Amino acid sequence: MLVNKIEVNNLTKIFGSHPQQGLKRLKDGEQKNEILEKTGMTVGVNQATFAVKPGEFFVIMGLSGSGKSTLIRLINRLIEPTDGEVLIDGKDITKMDTTSLIETRRKKLGMVFQKFGLLPHRTVLNNVAYGLEIQGVDKQERFEKAEKAIEDVGLKGYESSYPDQLSGGMQQRVGLARALANDTDILLMDEAFSALDPIIRKEMQDEILHLQNKLGKTVLFITHDLDEALKLGDRIAIMKDGRIVQVGTSEEILENPANEYVSNFVKDVDRSKVLEASHVMKKPEVLMTYKDGPRVAVHKMEEAGASSIFVVDKEKNFKGLLTIDDAIRAYKEKIDLEEVLITEIASAAPHTPLHDLIGIAVEAKYPITVMEDGRLLGIISRVSILSGLVLGKEKDEVTSS
Amino acid sequence: MNYFHFPLEDWTNSFVNNWLLPVMGGFFNAISDVLGAFIEAVTNLLIAIPPEVIVLILIVLSWRIAGKGLALFTLIGCIYLGSVELWPAAMQTVAIVLVSTLLSVIIGVPVGILTATSSIMDKIVRPILDFMQTLPSFVYLIPAILLFGLGGVPAVISTFIFATPPAVRMTSLGIKQVPEDVVEASRAFGTTKWQLLFKVQLPLALSTIMAGVNQTIMLALSMAVIASMIGAPGLGSTVLSGISTVNVGLGLTGGLGIVVLAIILDRITQGLGKRF
Repeated sequence: MLVNKIEVNNLTKIFGSHPQQGLKRLKDGEQKNEILEKTGMTVGVNQATFAVKPGEFFVIMGLSGSGKSTLIRLINRLIEPTDGEVLIDGKDITKMDTTSLIETRRKKLGMVFQKFGLLPHRTVLNNVAYGLEIQGVDKQERFEKAEKAIEDVGLKGYESSYPDQLSGGMQQRVGLARALANDTDILLMDEAFSALDPIIRKEMQDEILHLQNKLGKTVLFITHDLDEALKLGDRIAIMKDGRIVQVGTSEEILENPANEYVSNFVKDVDRSKVLEASHVMKKPEVLMTYKDGPRVAVHKMEEAGASSIFVVDKEKNFKGLLTIDDAIRAYKEKIDLEEVLITEIASAAPHTPLHDLIGIAVEAKYPITVMEDGRLLGIISRVSILSGLVLGKEKDEVTSS
Repeated sequence: MNYFHFPLEDWTNSFVNNWLLPVMGGFFNAISDVLGAFIEAVTNLLIAIPPEVIVLILIVLSWRIAGKGLALFTLIGCIYLGSVELWPAAMQTVAIVLVSTLLSVIIGVPVGILTATSSIMDKIVRPILDFMQTLPSFVYLIPAILLFGLGGVPAVISTFIFATPPAVRMTSLGIKQVPEDVVEASRAFGTTKWQLLFKVQLPLALSTIMAGVNQTIMLALSMAVIASMIGAPGLGSTVLSGISTVNVGLGLTGGLGIVVLAIILDRITQGLGKRF
């Protein structure tokens, strides 16, 4: 069974007059700068190995000169690799003849470029339909598919405009639509949003996440922007000097940097934008099933040394917050617990970034609840937000309930 | 400086007399016949069409492509050509310019494409183009007469040699100027070499190629007088007879005719180039 959509093994690219000689040196353990000094050849990508699962959003992050743009071009062979293999759906693209290479590019690999790469003499519609046109798809069908892709990226109404009549952000939407129109499983995105200004960039980031969710594409995304990588990537590979130095989820990379390079990199990251509610929430200190009466509630609060308790029903559906004063009042006055519950409590979804919780926490009288489909997953106090920002993920997670 | 004698003159002459003419003569005759028939057909066609029809077509063309000003100029220019009885001569010149430009484009554009895509071709073709452009045209008039006789054919051949380099160079430049990111993006979507050429490179290079064609036409016209020395009919021969009889008036009359043709053809082809 195929587990990986893209699998890259020991992929190497050496630019220069005698790449095979350089490869030998590389395999003998020489470093990139030694090879450059001795032979004048540049190691673009150095024995990169990673795999991307179907439907995964995989980000390759590196500074300029780290080889990331070369790497993405090795994957669809816009640049010929020196060594190693690239399996697309299990087939090694590095060994394909021209015909199957072209076929693979047409059917499996869509690509979006930093500089857009639109055809200036064609309208938006004809640009988007280009990939289908060269496959010989007839006019009606390719225009239908192109129309749909244009709609998907929110450019309806601009079909007959020319690229130079559009803003950068809109041009990149055309680039994205062109890749979507081919309906390939894989999208290669080379610094796709780097040329856009910050507001448009954020918009496009949200959009690509939405589209990826909706269409289930496997995305290989290149960026030099760590914040972008952390925001978009299911997993992130960090590149330096042609090597992949670490692969992991954003959390793993923030919490366990593989080496000094990565830790230097991530130390200035705005954690509030990376960490999510589910990362810092605690299991509520005291839980209580709805059927328990006020006496049990008071008892449990005394036991835990708390002055309030979260109330859920048997299905863990959140009902409200009960303070100790209200519990005692309910007991004395024989009122139903339900009537004294405080239900107006700030809540957040598990994926809400910490950044968005700070404002809520300042205003809130009680801890913030983290809810999913009405179920209480955990709570977040002001303290846990602060410690999350300083330390990252809450280390001493309460596991008992 | 004469350390030794280099008998280039003798060698060349014996090469031409002993090999080129006897062995290849048939081949050149065949070319001469085909090309001659073609030139004659175009000339006859241009002369057979009533001048008024041609003028009308030219006026409409120049109006649509370059505007009112050129249309007016075309009208006045053509009336001038008629009033100095040079209309048939002008059409003969136009025929030779058209045929040699066609030849230059048919051969020059593909060669330009090759030099843009292959650096080896570029290295081979570049010195040949330099040679074609700098060698004084009188030098190849002599073999042209030997191989193709007198008349329109050697005129077209020597005009072709003189006027083709810009077509090659501008085609090559136009294709090299297509932005690398556009070419790369097209390749990433599975474009074949031919699709790349016809759907991306040529359309984007078209205005530059048209600038080359414009240059070719201008150079072809500038050869008109020189070509008349080897028997090419047309406005050039009017100027030539002006020179040989020291007739200033006749020279000016024919010369102005060439200028009129040059301006009309230049503006129309330039305007066409800007449309792409």
